[in-house]
Amino acid sequence: MTGTRNATLFAFALLAPALIYILAIVAYPLVDTVILSFTNAALRPTYDWVGWANYQKIFGAGNFTEVILRTFIWTFFSVSLKMILGTCGAILLNAAVPGQALFRILTMPPWVVPMAIGIFMWGWMYNGQFGMISGMLQNFGLVDRPVAWLAYGNTAFWATIVTDVWIGVPLVTIYLLAAMQSIPKDLYEAAWTDGAGRFYRLRRITLPLMVPALMTMSLLSLIATFNSFDIIWILTQGGPSGSTTTMIIDTYKTAIGSRKYGEGAARAVVICIFVSIFCIVYFRALRKLSGSAAK
Amino acid sequence: MTTDNASARLATGADLKSSADAAAPAATSKKRTRATRAMIDRYHWLELVGIYIGIALFLFFILAPFIEGFLVSLKPLGLLFSTPYSFWPKNGSFDAYFSMWQSVPMLGLYIFNSFFISTIITIVVILVVVPAAYAFARFPFAGAGMLLGGFLAVNMFSGAVLLIPLFRLMRTLGLLNTYWAMIVPGAAFLIPSSIWLLRTYLMRIPRELDEAAWVDGASRLYTLRRVILPLAMPGIVVISIMTFIGAYAQQFIFALTFNSKSEFMPLPIGLFAFFGKQEVVWNELMAASFVGILPVMIVIVFLQRYLVAGLTAGAVKQ
Repeated sequence: MTGTRNATLFAFALLAPALIYILAIVAYPLVDTVILSFTNAALRPTYDWVGWANYQKIFGAGNFTEVILRTFIWTFFSVSLKMILGTCGAILLNAAVPGQALFRILTMPPWVVPMAIGIFMWGWMYNGQFGMISGMLQNFGLVDRPVAWLAYGNTAFWATIVTDVWIGVPLVTIYLLAAMQSIPKDLYEAAWTDGAGRFYRLRRITLPLMVPALMTMSLLSLIATFNSFDIIWILTQGGPSGSTTTMIIDTYKTAIGSRKYGEGAARAVVICIFVSIFCIVYFRALRKLSGSAAK
Repeated sequence: MTTDNASARLATGADLKSSADAAAPAATSKKRTRATRAMIDRYHWLELVGIYIGIALFLFFILAPFIEGFLVSLKPLGLLFSTPYSFWPKNGSFDAYFSMWQSVPMLGLYIFNSFFISTIITIVVILVVVPAAYAFARFPFAGAGMLLGGFLAVNMFSGAVLLIPLFRLMRTLGLLNTYWAMIVPGAAFLIPSSIWLLRTYLMRIPRELDEAAWVDGASRLYTLRRVILPLAMPGIVVISIMTFIGAYAQQFIFALTFNSKSEFMPLPIGLFAFFGKQEVVWNELMAASFVGILPVMIVIVFLQRYLVAGLTAGAVKQ
């Protein structure tokens, strides 16, 4: 088309609404978080600059490093389980068996129903006296008395992970399934002609070609899981006695619960730094992958 | 999880391209291929049993909460709070589905609010995304790549991290305790992935169409409105569905923090208050949940094709 400058102007005019929207609702708050983290902002309208005091305070208190560590352990187990289950699910749903289409539909519900409602259901299943998990285990004689899963630190930690995995697995499965289906069929046919068995084909064709998709999904899953809020907030609100308090929950409690905006912002900035690191790794990986695809 | 959904849709495009490129020679000798495929896909009965057991276990994990939730909604409260645990609802009934309207008098309004908020978010997102996606698809201006990356990065930050300044922003704008307090931030986090998706779709519409319109003297805006938009409709429909479902599924944190008026609460928050009570009326809570889930279930059954299309849009060879 003619008129490059004209075209650029038109492009920016088209972009303006989206750009302004994101700048106002995402970029400005991001900058504001950093600024607030150096102040003693609270509920009152005025506040002062306090320098690094908030950071000294949170890192000096001792339990913050514990929270960071817990967040990483929680995220690690959740992401690993999502990836393992998702890969198994994708392999199973990729098998050409009758009912395949129905099974794929049945995988989706946790992903598309309102998250909070799915979590309410888990809340009931974890109920110690009358819930399904404790009840079933008792009926099968695996435990001899009711287990209130959300009442003890250890079990609550794992219960929140299981629910997070449940919400994340459908997306991982469907995404990996799509990647699996785009593997050229001739590869399988050639291998089959040469007498390669099903497991051999899975190990030597499917899995190696899935590496880019697995990597991308792991990183995206890592970022999302790291930011997970709803599940823990609904099930335990970070309890019992802080055993499920991840960085997001900790920030929410400080900022919204105790109205310590300055200190909460400092905690949020630490989250942002971690997320940015993951983000850089993700973009690097993406560029590397598309670079190798171009060859 | 929310950002996960959105950004995964974006990512599909980038890394699947490599495998799609290799798919081209597959068209040769179709007849032989079909015969081979049929033989490859033939399973030994033991393999079949293994696959079905695997699928059954997998789907049990996925569906157990829904099955249990539905059975709970049928059980009378007396049976629910009795030991030992019984899976099947003895003398079950749909009573909870009627009594819940009295126990949660605002239930109808909550459901309406959920729909209303999601609808407005979808409209806002489409209005903002269509021109932006067109700009990215057609005009290779300086910095386009970086800007697109910037949009992508938005998905990495959850609303929870930005809650403090967002709260202050909403307060300054006077939007606290209105529908807008949930709509404005809710839409922001759904915009980037939709831009990415629609851009991929628009890039598949031949550029010659724009050029032909240009030669015939059509203005750029006219070309967008009369040539591109009608052709992009299927893509816009997919994005609308994805956005609506995303908005419907994610209503929690903004509604929890920025709104305290019960007449504006969406369903999840309305039920959360119910959930927090000392004596939870579980059968009614589950019944109300199922009424809230029903619309999306219908959407999955009928529009499943579009959902998968949306997710895998980037995977199609361009």
